[in-house]
Amino acid sequence: MNFTDDSKREQYQIVIVGHVDHGKSTLVGRLLADTNSLPDGKLEAVRRECLRTDKPFEYAFLLDALSDEQDQGITIDTARVFFKTQARDYIIIDAPGHIEFLKNMISGAARAEAAVLVIDAKEGVRENSRRHGYILSMLGIRQVVVCVNKMDLVNFDAKVFNQIETEYRAFLGEIGAVSPERFIPISGMQGDNLATRSAKMPWYDGPILLEMLDNFQKAPPKVDRPMRMPVQAVYKFTNQGDDRRIISGRIDAGRVKVGDKVVFTPSNKTAHIKSIEGFNTAPRTEIEAGWSTGFTLTEELYITRGQLMSHVERAPLVSTRLRANVIWLGHKPFDPQRDYKLKLHTAAVPVRIHKINKVIDASEAHSQLAKERVDRHDVADLVLETQTPVAFDTVGDNEATGRFVIVDGYEIAGGGIIVSAEEEERDELRFEARMRDFHWVQGGVSANQRAQRHGHRAGLVMFVGGAEAPKHQYARALEKALFDGGRNAYMLDGTNILLGIDADLHFVDATQRELVRRFTEVAFLLLDAGTLVISTTNAIGLADYGDVQALLGDATTIIIDVDPDGKSTAPCDLRIQGNEPEAEVIAKVVDLLGKRQITQV
Amino acid sequence: MDHLDQLEQQSVYILREAYKHFERLCMLWSIGKDSTVLLWLARKAFFGHVPFPLVHIDTSFKLPEMIQYRDRLALEYKLQMVVGQNKEALAAKTTYPDTQHLPDGDPNKVTRVQCCAQLKSGALRGTLHGTLPRMRMNLKTGQYDPDPDTEPYTGVIVGARADEEGSRSKERYFSPRDKNNAWDVGDQPPEFWNQFKTDFAAGTHVRIHPLLDWTELNIWEYIQRESIPTVSLYYDQGSGTRYRSLGCGPCQAPIDSTAKNVEDILVELKSGKLRNVAERAGRLQDGKHGLEELRRDGYM
Ligand SMILES: Nc1nc2c(ncn2[C@@H]2O[C@H](COP(=O)(O)OP(=O)(O)O)[C@@H](O)[C@H]2O)c(=O)[nH]1
Repeated sequence: MNFTDDSKREQYQIVIVGHVDHGKSTLVGRLLADTNSLPDGKLEAVRRECLRTDKPFEYAFLLDALSDEQDQGITIDTARVFFKTQARDYIIIDAPGHIEFLKNMISGAARAEAAVLVIDAKEGVRENSRRHGYILSMLGIRQVVVCVNKMDLVNFDAKVFNQIETEYRAFLGEIGAVSPERFIPISGMQGDNLATRSAKMPWYDGPILLEMLDNFQKAPPKVDRPMRMPVQAVYKFTNQGDDRRIISGRIDAGRVKVGDKVVFTPSNKTAHIKSIEGFNTAPRTEIEAGWSTGFTLTEELYITRGQLMSHVERAPLVSTRLRANVIWLGHKPFDPQRDYKLKLHTAAVPVRIHKINKVIDASEAHSQLAKERVDRHDVADLVLETQTPVAFDTVGDNEATGRFVIVDGYEIAGGGIIVSAEEEERDELRFEARMRDFHWVQGGVSANQRAQRHGHRAGLVMFVGGAEAPKHQYARALEKALFDGGRNAYMLDGTNILLGIDADLHFVDATQRELVRRFTEVAFLLLDAGTLVISTTNAIGLADYGDVQALLGDATTIIIDVDPDGKSTAPCDLRIQGNEPEAEVIAKVVDLLGKRQITQV
Repeated sequence: MDHLDQLEQQSVYILREAYKHFERLCMLWSIGKDSTVLLWLARKAFFGHVPFPLVHIDTSFKLPEMIQYRDRLALEYKLQMVVGQNKEALAAKTTYPDTQHLPDGDPNKVTRVQCCAQLKSGALRGTLHGTLPRMRMNLKTGQYDPDPDTEPYTGVIVGARADEEGSRSKERYFSPRDKNNAWDVGDQPPEFWNQFKTDFAAGTHVRIHPLLDWTELNIWEYIQRESIPTVSLYYDQGSGTRYRSLGCGPCQAPIDSTAKNVEDILVELKSGKLRNVAERAGRLQDGKHGLEELRRDGYM
């Protein structure tokens, strides 16, 4: 380890991948030795230890800092090793090749700016050579060099090298992965073409490995892209005597100034930047991509983690359907019948597979599988459906807001990239909501001021269920109970909307969507007035909830499904049969209102 | 944005993720330069506040300057300062300093590593789980009172760096430990991009490592840039020696160096004078595999 680096020098993270035993650790050990990056005496100490234990010396031993790793004889995790050249400092992540350790390889590779993929000249392209190549492409690593290693074992023969290059490029092309920038013939063991040019392969006149690495460029700064900041948290340290309400997060792309109008998606709430906050830093009026920062706003908004802040003009996509490529690492398969958690920038929402387009076994050439689920180590092209809308970009537009992981129980079981937003029937409604919210004329009273006066925030409690279900009586009782408790509650019966607002729609030919739209816009107005709306309607059911949600943005809603037959399975907040005492149902709803922080101001 | 900025911003991001996901969160503060930088980063992340307790394990053999410095900063920064100690082992005198005089081979003679296992790893485990008594600083009096909070911590922020030791280079930013603090190096969760493991079963707890990508030099450069107060023991006070890493008095040897301030230390580090001396070389308990074993056992 060296201490001669310097904060002004560029740091560059690279990852070394490839099939087990193809020579990754040897290559790294040799690079450390040849660039003089080992503490003095380390090489000799390892050589002595080998003599003592009567083992042949291996450069790989230099990396084996962990006792159990030495015992097993395979690299099991992503070690980080530092080395330097004239040009810059490198952090090498020595990723392991053993299939069991794929998740470690990904952890290493996901942080890397460039990758070295090692293929054994004698063994040729193997299962993990293929799989790793695909994953690098999926992780978005565009700077990849392939080292064809152990050339000493094949008499430094150009034919072997060329044949491997041709075969490997063909494979990647076939599965739609990005092809590596260059192939270099090397011998890690003997140091050929790593730090010094090999005399044994005069037929190769391309760059050697270190030249290649030094030539890789840092990704261009993302400041010129549309601004994106996922809200990480909203801080208010009132008990420390600090009244600032700080919207915090890390800016992923673009820049933003004091005075800018910004929007938080998917809530569509807009506000102006009042100040840029920091500790022990010079005051700023502008800040850009890369900074973990915080803002106060001129308007007091109720904003939560997972919203994506941007400028109004170049807002992100919003949908509940995402077309994605996923690599699955879970012990249990990714099952279309089950719910998982999607973590996308700082948002976390329930997610399900909507449709599997294809499953690929990345380790095999010609390998499209017809499957109903995604197994461990499979890669899939699929459509995901989230329970509530999320804000995102396609990975091509902005990586950081186009990547996600999927959590199964407690474990991160898969990761993926968003290729596009699936067209949805609700896109029109979403567009309507956006236009409405972006151009909404604010009154002189803020939502927060209303909440202070009412003692609660706005919220919608929807009773849904068939015509025979006793929704109305519960809604009425709830309205009365809340009102008596000092709440500003109002019962919105769907019939009343049909009678007036919908009077022009001939009931028979009215589309369901238009009924839902009108109902929701009425509810929206009441919510904007700070009301606790309790709705009951026959015309609008659980199936319409997606439409309601598209129009309401992030307004808090609680759905109560009144289901006498016990047949309903769609997600809701509370399911009752319709024979429960009113008081019991009211108590449950009041509890939910508290949990959702509607009645906690 | 220079390299120090990048390191700082990533660490701040990690600290905020930790604060978001762990209700029972604390930060270990050894008083050394790394965890002091970590404390500073927490103030950056939370706009001047430190919204979780700092835990210090006091072996009772720490150099007195360290304790004075700890209490001064705790008062100044208004920290929730929690201190833990293995009082039983101290009372029973089963420590390395207490048994040094015994002849070699005496069954009661305690080695340095065994001593660490009791006074550090043992005390740490007990303090984190709430099974050992915790003391908490009363910011009004500056005195330590028994801490009424005895609940276990589930998230623990630690100042480990990858360049320090071979084994540390295998860490994740968010690294789960089981009930016994044990670290299963062979089975760690994947870390995709900036998505960390933040869901966990009851009984597990998670170590969080915001400084993983920093080097020793980065730490000193940052201390200089931000003017972070550090313990005087790091500097030569005229004896021609200074401490490079802080531990307990009996097991910590100073190194030969005339660096009198941060600038001198930076010159020294960059000159390569210390290049061939491992950072913890002054720590006498770190023989072959010693540190590795202590780490599995929960020692920082
Ligand atoms: N002949 C020869 N053997 C090599 C070369 N590179 C690595 N090896 C051997 O291949 C085996 C596996 O190497 P290692 O670096 O541990 O592979 P890893 O599993 O990819 O990290 C070891 O026995 C090495 O000595 C090389 O360039 N030439």
